[in-house]
Amino acid sequence: MSHAASVHSLWTLAADAPKKIPGPHIEYAQLAPVLIVLGAALLGVLVEAFLPRRARYHAQVLLTVVGLAAAFASVVALAVGGYAHDKAHVAAMGAVAVDGPALFLQGTVLLVGLVAVFTFAERRLDPAVQGRPVDSFAAQAGAVPGGDAEQRAVMAGFVTTEVFPVLLFAIGGMLVFPAANDLLTLFVALEVFSLPLYVLCALARRQRLLSQEAAVKYFLLGAFSSAFLLFGVALLYGYAGTVTYAGIADVVSGNVQTPGPALADTMGNDALLLVGGAMVLMGLLFKVGAVPFHMWTPDVYQGAPTPVTGFMAAATKVAAFGALLRLLYVVLPGMRWDWRPVMWGVAIVTMLVGAIVAVTQTDVKRLLAYSSIAHAGFILAGVIAVSPAGVSSVLFYLAAYSFVTLGAFAVVTLVRDAGGEATHLSKWAGLGRRSPLVAAVFAVFLLAFAGIPLTSGFAGKFAVFKAAAQGGAAPLVIIGVLSSAIAAFFYIRVIVLMFFSEPKADGPTVAVPSPVTSVAIALGVIVTVVLGVAPQYFLDLAGQAAVFAR
Amino acid sequence: MSFPLLTLTAAVPALGAVATAAVPAARRTAAKWTALAFSLATLVLAAVQLVRFAPGAKGPFQLTESHAWIKDFGVRYELGVDGIAVALIALTAVLVPFVILAGWHDADPLETKSSRWRPTQGFFALILMVEAMVLIAFEATDVFLFYIFFEAMLIPMYFLIGGFGDRAGEHGEAETAAQRSYAAVKFLLYNLAGGLIMLAAVIGLYAVTAHQLGAGTFSLQEITQARADGRLEFATTTERALFLGFFFAFAVKAPLWPLHTWLPNAMGEATAPVAVLITAVVDKVGTFAMLRFCLQLFPEASKWATPAILVLSLVSILYGALLAVGQRDIKRLIAYASISHFGFIILGIFAMTTQGQSGATLYMVNHGISTAALMLVAGFLISRRGSRLIADYGGVQKVAPVLAGTFLVSGLATLSLPGLAPFVSEFLVLVGTFTRHPVIGGIATLGIVLAALYVLVLYQRTMTGPVREQVRRMPDLRARELAVVAPLIALLLFLGVYPKPLTKIVNPAVEHTMSQVHKTDPRPDVPVKAPVTAHDVEAAK
Repeated sequence: MSHAASVHSLWTLAADAPKKIPGPHIEYAQLAPVLIVLGAALLGVLVEAFLPRRARYHAQVLLTVVGLAAAFASVVALAVGGYAHDKAHVAAMGAVAVDGPALFLQGTVLLVGLVAVFTFAERRLDPAVQGRPVDSFAAQAGAVPGGDAEQRAVMAGFVTTEVFPVLLFAIGGMLVFPAANDLLTLFVALEVFSLPLYVLCALARRQRLLSQEAAVKYFLLGAFSSAFLLFGVALLYGYAGTVTYAGIADVVSGNVQTPGPALADTMGNDALLLVGGAMVLMGLLFKVGAVPFHMWTPDVYQGAPTPVTGFMAAATKVAAFGALLRLLYVVLPGMRWDWRPVMWGVAIVTMLVGAIVAVTQTDVKRLLAYSSIAHAGFILAGVIAVSPAGVSSVLFYLAAYSFVTLGAFAVVTLVRDAGGEATHLSKWAGLGRRSPLVAAVFAVFLLAFAGIPLTSGFAGKFAVFKAAAQGGAAPLVIIGVLSSAIAAFFYIRVIVLMFFSEPKADGPTVAVPSPVTSVAIALGVIVTVVLGVAPQYFLDLAGQAAVFAR
Repeated sequence: MSFPLLTLTAAVPALGAVATAAVPAARRTAAKWTALAFSLATLVLAAVQLVRFAPGAKGPFQLTESHAWIKDFGVRYELGVDGIAVALIALTAVLVPFVILAGWHDADPLETKSSRWRPTQGFFALILMVEAMVLIAFEATDVFLFYIFFEAMLIPMYFLIGGFGDRAGEHGEAETAAQRSYAAVKFLLYNLAGGLIMLAAVIGLYAVTAHQLGAGTFSLQEITQARADGRLEFATTTERALFLGFFFAFAVKAPLWPLHTWLPNAMGEATAPVAVLITAVVDKVGTFAMLRFCLQLFPEASKWATPAILVLSLVSILYGALLAVGQRDIKRLIAYASISHFGFIILGIFAMTTQGQSGATLYMVNHGISTAALMLVAGFLISRRGSRLIADYGGVQKVAPVLAGTFLVSGLATLSLPGLAPFVSEFLVLVGTFTRHPVIGGIATLGIVLAALYVLVLYQRTMTGPVREQVRRMPDLRARELAVVAPLIALLLFLGVYPKPLTKIVNPAVEHTMSQVHKTDPRPDVPVKAPVTAHDVEAAK
């Protein structure tokens, strides 16, 4: 078809009598989890606007917990109703998938969010101001750090209860992200959960400059990666003439013979596919924190308020790996031979860099940041397997890992000195003598990170490596165990520091938390041990959820 | 569904650990008695195992238990014992009460620090935890189950080494603590690295079985059965790679030269009872696993690797013994002696003869008892003087004759004096090696000579000669200490004169292992010209 002819056909098409545009058909019941969370978030904004300052904290916490619990209940209802298996399909006119992986990951994100709310709501760690308890968030986020306005806000004992609706918006985006079934929904979901996270990162009550620096870094790099993703989406549209996953997959596998007239020249051009696919992958790998897109992780993890770090480290990984899985398994399975070598490289570099650089860290939050990078590498090893076993192992790993992470960061909030949290590792010396219980709990989390048997970390690691080995990635497994050995070194170093070093005279104290943080930590320990000792039920769950709807 | 004796044997010390840890901070003595009671209960259960175990029965494993555990990984909770396992379980169960008794005061806090710091409860709870995990490892017939406890036992062991040491000597508290934590970290990293290499091999084993059998399995019986039926065949390279992955971990644990360097540090810095736990109990899991898993899962690769392993074990024997001769520190000397002895054990295992492997198994038991005795007496000696250096002692036998006497007897056992238990096993190992590898067997005997040297020189320098000033007021063994040493020495004497109960249990299991490797003993090649007849006898007259 000549150029002129194609323009002509475009013109004639446009000149046709306007067809009736069908009203969108939305399956509200199947989208209930997302709708509930976003609805609760909107209500939270109203609460913030109309309730007196005194009543806001309790109202917000209650609203958030109820909203998340209701959303989780609806996820369970959908899963029980068969949407994870036989009724799995693509809802909302092809925009959102309701299938096993989506429901499993949404459930995980909601549980993570629920536990994170407990750590957000903690108000007993910082000394009360004017008899009013304060939490870990800035008194008045808009005030200049160190300025008069901030001074006044702190003196007045203000608290930023906006964090709760902001958190809910982030969770809402994270629910859509792993379920997104077209590229535009993917992008919108990405922005919906990223923007609230940037804001949350900037809200630390102590060390506000560090916190704001982290937020700016995260925002700039995040915006950069979003741009990559969006550009990739455009190129993929140019390649396939559609943004739906199923449509692109059809073109990739060569099932579509008659391209639309508008895109006849570019459609099926492999250069567009490769470049576009790579750019979308880049955007996702950034969120996952894989090397070489990991630069933001340590700074942001360190600067953000610790409850936010815990939430972000756990939930973002879950959501982003979900999206990555869907993209690779639904859209690009036909391209396996192109992306697998690249992902091999990324996985290997991520495991090694995460483990090796972590060895030199002196700040516990940065240490956990690099450890999260190494873990991203392990999970990628499961992603690469391209088999149902690979999907289920990744799902299991994400669930196991996120609770260990939440628990570990919750413990970090407890160890404090006069300047707030004492995150420098030298201050943790002798913690095991001063507070054996807290140190022992943290040791459990560290052992789980290190993948010692009888913890969830081991079961997860075994699952992904098993899937990788069966997928023929034996070298990946060997590099994986080697970097685990390196990683073990620094986890052990922290344990040595806590238990075998003499406590320093001016060392930090362990604050006694309110029940909310205790519950969060206890849940972390319970999940870690249960998934380590009796993982079968959860492996089954992940195994049943491992089939994508197309 | 029979009575879960094996589970119970391992569960009792685990429960004991919880119970001991739960004792309130102020009631230290109660914690000690709790721990001792649970360890004795475990001993009773091990004795029941020994009685219920029928040496001649059919099938490789007895008292078996099997339950589904992690279906997705092909993992079953499978326990079962053969003669080798029963002997080592008995050894563990016998030694732990003595370890607890010997370490009675090792974890008493120096001063009352924070009321929440409870070292005593922790110490005894960790010992019981290690015992529980070691017992499960001996009982497991599922590779994955074994692996889990093989790895997990590192954690309590690590805290035992790093958290509790001898009272500071002349170096001061800070430096002692630093050395101790270095030793603990070295112990953990060596063993963890070994374990992770093994993890790769374990995953590889799953991938192979899943590929060939349709469903991945870790059951030792199922895998050996499938190999016998021809349903499962390892490619040569795969089998060798998997064998090396397993063997590496066990060689670190055992330890075999050149992976041994963590042992002298760990045994030197840990208290004597913990050192006993390391060398007499935990390390035995390594040599035991070579027999049970390396040989039975990968027979062809085992035969392929035999020459190299024999040479390495020979190096271990001589290197350990030579370094023991040169040591100035009593505990490190015993550690190097142990490295030499582990060389003998591994030599016996890979000599691939019935005598060699029976000898190796007996050696594990006897080395456990003799080293425990020697190390614990050495610990009593060190606790009296506050120094580990040989040069700080002299003439002890004049002031503390019982201590010196027990030290001598356990030392003689360590050098394999005939009449004491280790002689039987060392002799069997050497004979077993000789029939197949005369040169290696010949060189290995040098180890015995060197053993005599390091033990007797140690005794001479510390116990004989003029009484040194600092030793003059040294008290002799107390009743508690005697209660620890006397039964161990009695055992050494008994098994030295009458090893039959042990060999009767061990031999069928060894024969089974040998049949798995498809090895038969070499025929004696005594030159026999013709059948000897009555006529010849007449002619000879």
